[in-house]
Amino acid sequence: MHKGGSGRWIFLLFFMPVALWLLLLLVLPHVELLRMSFVSGEFGAGGGVTWDNYLGFFHEPIYWTTFLRTAIYSIAVTLIVLTVSLPIAFYATKIAGAKAQGFLLVLLLLPFWVSELVRVYGWMIILRESGVLSSFMLALGLWKEPVELLYNDAVMIMGLVYTTLLFMIVPVISVLESLDDSLIEAAYDLGAGKLAIWRRIIIPYAMPGIMSGSIVVFMIVFGSYLTPKLMGGKNSLWFTEQIYNQFITYFNWNQGSAFGFLLLLLSSAIIWVALKLTRQKLSDVLK
Amino acid sequence: MTAGAAAAPAAVAPDLREKRLSSLERQMQIDLSAQNVVRRFGDFSAVDDVSFEVETGRFFSILGPSGCGKTTLLRMVAGFLEPSSGRIRIRGADMAGVEPNRRPVNMVFQQLALFPMMDVAENIAFGLRRRGVKGAELRKRVEEILERVGLPGFGEKKISQISGGQKQRVALARCLVLRPVVLLLDEPLGALDLKLREQMKVELKNLQQQVGTTFIYITHDQSEAMVMSDLVAVMRNGRFEQMDTPPNIYNRPATPFVAQFVGNNNRFLGRLRLAEGGRAVVEEGGRNRYFISRPEHPRSEAPVEMYVRPEAIMINPDRRLSGLNRMTAGVKTVLFDAGNSRLIVVPENSGRELMVALPQNRQYDDIRVGDRVEIGWDPASAFCFLSSAPEVDHA
Repeated sequence: MHKGGSGRWIFLLFFMPVALWLLLLLVLPHVELLRMSFVSGEFGAGGGVTWDNYLGFFHEPIYWTTFLRTAIYSIAVTLIVLTVSLPIAFYATKIAGAKAQGFLLVLLLLPFWVSELVRVYGWMIILRESGVLSSFMLALGLWKEPVELLYNDAVMIMGLVYTTLLFMIVPVISVLESLDDSLIEAAYDLGAGKLAIWRRIIIPYAMPGIMSGSIVVFMIVFGSYLTPKLMGGKNSLWFTEQIYNQFITYFNWNQGSAFGFLLLLLSSAIIWVALKLTRQKLSDVLK
Repeated sequence: MTAGAAAAPAAVAPDLREKRLSSLERQMQIDLSAQNVVRRFGDFSAVDDVSFEVETGRFFSILGPSGCGKTTLLRMVAGFLEPSSGRIRIRGADMAGVEPNRRPVNMVFQQLALFPMMDVAENIAFGLRRRGVKGAELRKRVEEILERVGLPGFGEKKISQISGGQKQRVALARCLVLRPVVLLLDEPLGALDLKLREQMKVELKNLQQQVGTTFIYITHDQSEAMVMSDLVAVMRNGRFEQMDTPPNIYNRPATPFVAQFVGNNNRFLGRLRLAEGGRAVVEEGGRNRYFISRPEHPRSEAPVEMYVRPEAIMINPDRRLSGLNRMTAGVKTVLFDAGNSRLIVVPENSGRELMVALPQNRQYDDIRVGDRVEIGWDPASAFCFLSSAPEVDHA
């Protein structure tokens, strides 16, 4: 009796910071934003309950086209990250030795020791018109005049792939570690070629890791602000920039909150569809 | 008239002759042959100049301790490794440079390697699909093979839902459904518990006889090799020490290693001497003399090793039996191990210990530690080899 009682107190003691953290920093602000997204008027003062903030998203083409563009680009980045990560993860787990694997992981982790901002500026130093690459090519005489490599969609996608690669590689490596080499050999022995081994054995086996990596990468890319803003062109608008504009430029917190919730709902819907398509369960993926 | 009479049987005879010839050919056909196969890893030769031939429908086992090179040899046949030199032929076709997925052999892996993300039917269908078998034909062949291995209706089960023995059969079915020329088995019974292993041995042998496929089975378990095989090769340090039928391996070991590795043996080190009446004796430690029947080594004084199996030694042998090596011995230990029970005895006037089989037929129930018993063995039961052991000085 006494023991159970003290156990509960200890549990509460440790649980309190977590509960407070969640309540004060996540739940309360979101409840307030949710309230704001359903009312009109400045900061929701004086206005009545309305759907206008949400309807505005669908009525104004710039909003939903930006959203669509962001979604398609995010899916594309996720797929590119996946295609790049699978061979790297496979190499690290199955081909490189245990020692080399640790070294490879450190190499992959190293860039993440500096902040995203610094990394993006690093790319900008290399790629801008007066940057390292441009000067190098000029010095070699391969280019006649400086070329601006920044501010287009391709370079933005490259930047996003670069910043999210690790979030795919790590979960894929952890599932591939448990893949017994004899499964690959058995498939080979039963007549499968390289392609069939990848399609029928390695990828299905790695699916939980691939999906958990994909969800993380997709969410990070969809919600990223810095990389699209700094590396994307003037007309490559990201949906997060729309939200930023509503809050900061137009001071329309109601619209901004509505966009925030739309981003949350629609990206969750995309993940749900992806899970259904690959027949994965969220509980397996999160393991 | 004569021409007509000759013509009638002539129309039948070639047909018959052909039939008999082809069945004879089928018997004699070599499914797998290895010629001077060597596999080196750096300076180390894992497989060192191995040659053998296996006829169609044989159950061939390679028996050896771990690290003897048997897995390396099997992986070369499967195609996962290329020989450093030598040739592997399957039905006469040279396998050099042929990828595993293009060889007419399939392998049952030690850990079985069933695909956990597929159900039983999909596991079995995997190889067939790679060959482009589809639809009704695919389903029919999967059901047929499931029936054959005694798992009808198991197709939709998940791999995690079936028992160890059932997994074993699925792994077999997955290979047999492809009708390979040679089926390779890499100690597939190792993961099973004892009772199930005994049962699977018999089942595997029966299955092999039913399907008639050539089986190459590698194991370190002599009982598996003995029970199932038509032919056993005992392998050590990358070489075949002996290749023979199981009874011959047991009764006529070709080398000291085979004598020690297959079954149990008491080992004696001594010198060969010719005794009275032209009989040969092995003299151990200058004191104990044991008759041997076949003096295969003409050189007297030659250092030899002699082996006598515990089950070849009689306890209280009948007085009327003549020519036995007889001695009196004190019982040191009684090792009770059900059907494999043994005595450790110390013969008089010798410091050595002997292992003697103790049949559990109640005849020897009254033997206790400290008792004196008469023991003896027929000289023909002992094997003798020229010694390479360093204990015997060659001075």
